[in-house]
Amino acid sequence: MDLFDIIGPVMIGPSSSHTAGAARIGKFTRMLLGSEPITARIGLFGSFQKTYLGHGTDKALIGGLMGMDVDDIRLRESLELADSRGLTYEFYDAEMRGAHPNTVILDVKGEDGRKIQVRAASVGGSEIIIQSIDGLEAGFSGHENTLVITHHDTPGMIASISGEVAASQINIATMRVFRQSVGGEAMVALELDGDADDALLQRLSSLRGIFHVAYLAVKGKEV
Amino acid sequence: MRTVLDLLDAATKNNQTLGQASLAWQAKHDGQTEEHAWNTMHKMLAVMRESAQAGLSPDLRSVSGMVGGQAAKMIQPTHASRFGMLGKACAYALSIAESNACMGKIVAAPTAGSCGILPGALLAAQEDAGYTDDELVWGLFTGAAIGRAIAIGATISGAEGGCQAECGAAAGMAAAALVELYGGTPQQACDACGFALMNMMGLVCDPVHGLVEIPCVYRNVGGVSQALSAAQMALCGIRCPLPCDEIILAMKDVGDAMPPSLRETGDGGCAACHSARKHRMIQNSD
Repeated sequence: MDLFDIIGPVMIGPSSSHTAGAARIGKFTRMLLGSEPITARIGLFGSFQKTYLGHGTDKALIGGLMGMDVDDIRLRESLELADSRGLTYEFYDAEMRGAHPNTVILDVKGEDGRKIQVRAASVGGSEIIIQSIDGLEAGFSGHENTLVITHHDTPGMIASISGEVAASQINIATMRVFRQSVGGEAMVALELDGDADDALLQRLSSLRGIFHVAYLAVKGKEV
Repeated sequence: MRTVLDLLDAATKNNQTLGQASLAWQAKHDGQTEEHAWNTMHKMLAVMRESAQAGLSPDLRSVSGMVGGQAAKMIQPTHASRFGMLGKACAYALSIAESNACMGKIVAAPTAGSCGILPGALLAAQEDAGYTDDELVWGLFTGAAIGRAIAIGATISGAEGGCQAECGAAAGMAAAALVELYGGTPQQACDACGFALMNMMGLVCDPVHGLVEIPCVYRNVGGVSQALSAAQMALCGIRCPLPCDEIILAMKDVGDAMPPSLRETGDGGCAACHSARKHRMIQNSD
């Protein structure tokens, strides 16, 4: 936590958790999807479910999905913008047990046909936790530039991924690996000290056994 | 640097203000130059000032329609000047808080719900005594470092610690910032924070219908008044009888002892009033 977590972020009101946090969840979901979303089915739980209209949580989530940052004044009319950009959405009451009171589950489909499911919670201030991606436990906060790579769970994958990152002279701050089953689909989340460039993303995408590379570039921006 | 005492020690050791120690820490922490952090804080001040202006529009209304447009009344010369610098600080605190409630652009300080207090105090001081933007920015650094210590030692989330964690923390930050702005010592700034936190302790988070509107926007006015009185006590040399860090830990205990109904669930406190539940509140924003 630094001083600009206390004085900041610059954001559209009224609520850091219900508006700014929701916009960040939307934006991260878009980055994880990797393309313009065309459909979104959004389940709200707890306080999100009870108070989303008055807090503009719906506007913030949809605005974030369209790529808006927390300080984008267009968040106010994001629902109208979604209509004009061909993003169809629906909100429903999600049933969850023992979840954080500000939890949301998003099923989104991109214009390239890719679908993902993201579950996230807004945990105070505009802090969020991406809890799971397509059912794989994630648990990162989006404070650092983060590479999220889904890949075939096979020996050597982590080594070749980290080798490519090292070749770009980028230090890995943290690394977490998750998988559903041995030999199935796995995911690795790498928080980076530096900024991944397109060349690195290309090289990672072309590695054998890689399903998808998403890059959450946040450092240096007021996200 | 985790506590108010750590901050005070850093400032004392280097013969700095809390603001200077905070800027040095921030630059070191994020690996950037002090100039970078300084410029970023200037941008924060600019947004704060814009939000104070935007919130003065009489036509402003929140999504629910419950708040907005009241700061326009409060800023009227007759009403603002009657109470001097406090009158202006109250009007700006309300203006920024209403701007937030109406989906305006604001700076969380430390949260969106309490965003009017610190800038309200600083902007009013500037208007009243002619401080420069640079001097205000030093105050923001002071406030930020104090807020960070509160966030670490207690919490700045209303859902965890009640309104004392949001408007209380903001009042503590503003009190310390004001003391440095008016030329007080680092110790006096810490004492001012202690007084503000002491006087806001136990305040519950009880938003009507769960929205950041009632009582939130008016609590910002209350918070800035607490900040000003705390700063006045410290500046005249009254020592806060308890160390600021101990008050922060007490805040944490009080927050932990609060039932969920008083922690941003919209079930207790003001939210539980009959008129609030039945949608029969007196309307200010028709």
